[in-house]
Amino acid sequence: MSTEKTDWWVGLFVLLGAIALTFLALRAANLSSFSLAQTYSLSAAFDNIGGLKVRAPVKSAGVVVGRVSSITLDAKTYKAVVKLNMEKGFLFPLDTSAKILTSGLLGEQYIGLEAGGDETNLANHGTIQLTQSAIVLESLISQFLFNTAEKQGSETTPAPAAGQSKN
Amino acid sequence: MSLNTSLSTIGRGVRTRIGRLGTFTRFFWLLLQRSSIFLSRPRLVSQQIHFIGNYSLLIIAVSGLFVGFVLGLQGYYTLNRYGAEEALGLLVALSLTRELGPVVTALLFAGRAGTSLTAEIGLMKAGEQLAAMEVMAVDPMRRVLVPRLWAGIIAMPILAAVFSMVGILGGWIVGVLMIGIDTGAFWSQMQSGVDVWNDIMNGVIKSFVFGVAVTLIALYEGWQSRPTPEGVARATTRTVVAGSLAVLGLDFLLTALMFSN
Amino acid sequence: MPSLSTAPDDHVLRLTGVSLGYGDVDILRDISLDVRRGQVVALMGGSGSGKTTLLRAATGQIKARAGQVILFDTNLAHVDGEVLQSLRQKMGVLFQQGALFTDLNVFENVAFPLREHTQLTGPELLCRALDTLEAVGLRAAAHLKVSEISGGMARRVALARAVVLEPELVLYDEPFAGLDPISLGITARLIRSLSDRLGCASVVITHDITESFAIADHVYLVGQGVIKAHGTPATLGNSSDPYVQQFLKGESDGPVPFDYPNSQQFDAWLARQEAKK
Repeated sequence: MSTEKTDWWVGLFVLLGAIALTFLALRAANLSSFSLAQTYSLSAAFDNIGGLKVRAPVKSAGVVVGRVSSITLDAKTYKAVVKLNMEKGFLFPLDTSAKILTSGLLGEQYIGLEAGGDETNLANHGTIQLTQSAIVLESLISQFLFNTAEKQGSETTPAPAAGQSKN
Repeated sequence: MSLNTSLSTIGRGVRTRIGRLGTFTRFFWLLLQRSSIFLSRPRLVSQQIHFIGNYSLLIIAVSGLFVGFVLGLQGYYTLNRYGAEEALGLLVALSLTRELGPVVTALLFAGRAGTSLTAEIGLMKAGEQLAAMEVMAVDPMRRVLVPRLWAGIIAMPILAAVFSMVGILGGWIVGVLMIGIDTGAFWSQMQSGVDVWNDIMNGVIKSFVFGVAVTLIALYEGWQSRPTPEGVARATTRTVVAGSLAVLGLDFLLTALMFSN
Repeated sequence: MPSLSTAPDDHVLRLTGVSLGYGDVDILRDISLDVRRGQVVALMGGSGSGKTTLLRAATGQIKARAGQVILFDTNLAHVDGEVLQSLRQKMGVLFQQGALFTDLNVFENVAFPLREHTQLTGPELLCRALDTLEAVGLRAAAHLKVSEISGGMARRVALARAVVLEPELVLYDEPFAGLDPISLGITARLIRSLSDRLGCASVVITHDITESFAIADHVYLVGQGVIKAHGTPATLGNSSDPYVQQFLKGESDGPVPFDYPNSQQFDAWLARQEAKK
């Protein structure tokens, strides 16, 4: 086979490989235009981030608007500081709240944003003030047991209102 | 006394194997040193990509298709028990891009391209072609081995990607066309669950590592073979065995490294 | 056929007191030979007498254990890499089986050294390679694949490949082995005519007496690890050494015995075979 023909077949081979990789990246995986879009940064502090991981999605109304870029512990307040990479097109008001939610029953955790009503928007490097930490299963169970015990107790004695902590 | 002799046999065995590992590493280093021919004469490399890559394409694509079919069938059978059939696309895609794509491609590659490389080099050695080159002041390592090494390294990730792509399509054919799963659910579950960097990139890195290992073993066995028909036959067998074991062993290491969290 | 003047710098290859071997065994001891420009030197000896080993020492593939191998006025003992490569470019070797590159056709085989060591391309390359093929009578076979040509033709193509760079020394490893009478004659005449035309030195390793005596200027007879005799073909015939006589006359028994010598291993093996019955 002449060298020109060989080169042509090799070129075709490499092209096929590129097509396969592109197919896998675009159709099979979640490489959206997001990775190439412009982003701005926000941060939020949580008491407990549960199982939240870096690169977890940030969603508002179920739509992905950003990704978690880093998670560290603030040495002074002992709260988890989470930095978010937000897509430039989506701005949120100052009083937006951030919750750590779970997709499905036992799926991976993500951050859900609920927009507030303020007229001013959060700027680059802004902080989300209102946060709700992840639901830790053990606390949930112990709270349930506590409530059950209390209710049983309240049948004999009037019990104080069960405390609802924002934890 | 028999304990003594068995210990010394084991000791000798270990020493020979360590020696061989050293020779193998030195061989790798020698080939890397001479890799400049990749830039000065890329035609040689592209010719080898043609022999190694293009000629393997058919077996890789067909195997990928059948593996995709089987994944579709077996996956459906298991997921059905938990009412999770819609996740079939995700199952097929993850299995292929993370594991089966790189590993099965590498095993097939060791069998098809690896043995042909070993036999070719072994026969060139037996026919004194390599000695002739050496005496003509042409470095046979540079002229013959290095292009083949780089061709294998380049071809392997491409073949693995093709395998995965065809496999996913095969899974789609079985799952959607034959069994009747919703095509939208098939693709959307897959797209939300497969991550480009964690799954696909890691698969590509794996196939790259396998490409180096299998091609290197094939070239080494050919280079070290005894220049007789039996010598070449044994070398090709060793290529397949050593290559396959290396792939599986490296797969374990890489999987542990990449997917441990 | 007269050889050229023997000025000191006409020595192309010189071995003095060389010993060669593999592993623990010494195959050759105290070998001294001398090849000058324009000479055809025949190296003869029985099978296993170490002729190919001598060739390997001359090309620098193995190093001498004692003595000196001087190729183109350079001592091969302390030379490697670049220097060895440049020496080898002045030398051509014809291997016993031809050693043609089976993945290339006839033309590409002959063009190989040109592609590797010269800047020639295109029509000049074609011209040069075809001219060399013409010298061996195979110009019109240039398009054939190596699998399509006969053994004799393959030998000639290998010869063309060995001389295409117009080397100063050509080594022939058993060029006459297994050839039919016509090819034998052709090959012998080619060796002589190329040597005369290119003015190069030729070393022919062979055990074919008739052909080599017809073309050689000087003959070395190797046996039992040493050089038994050397001289012009005429003087060799007159030697009184029994080894030389046995070799030249082709006698079945003499200094090289017909019967394989007895050994302990054979006796042990025989005892085992007889015990089996």
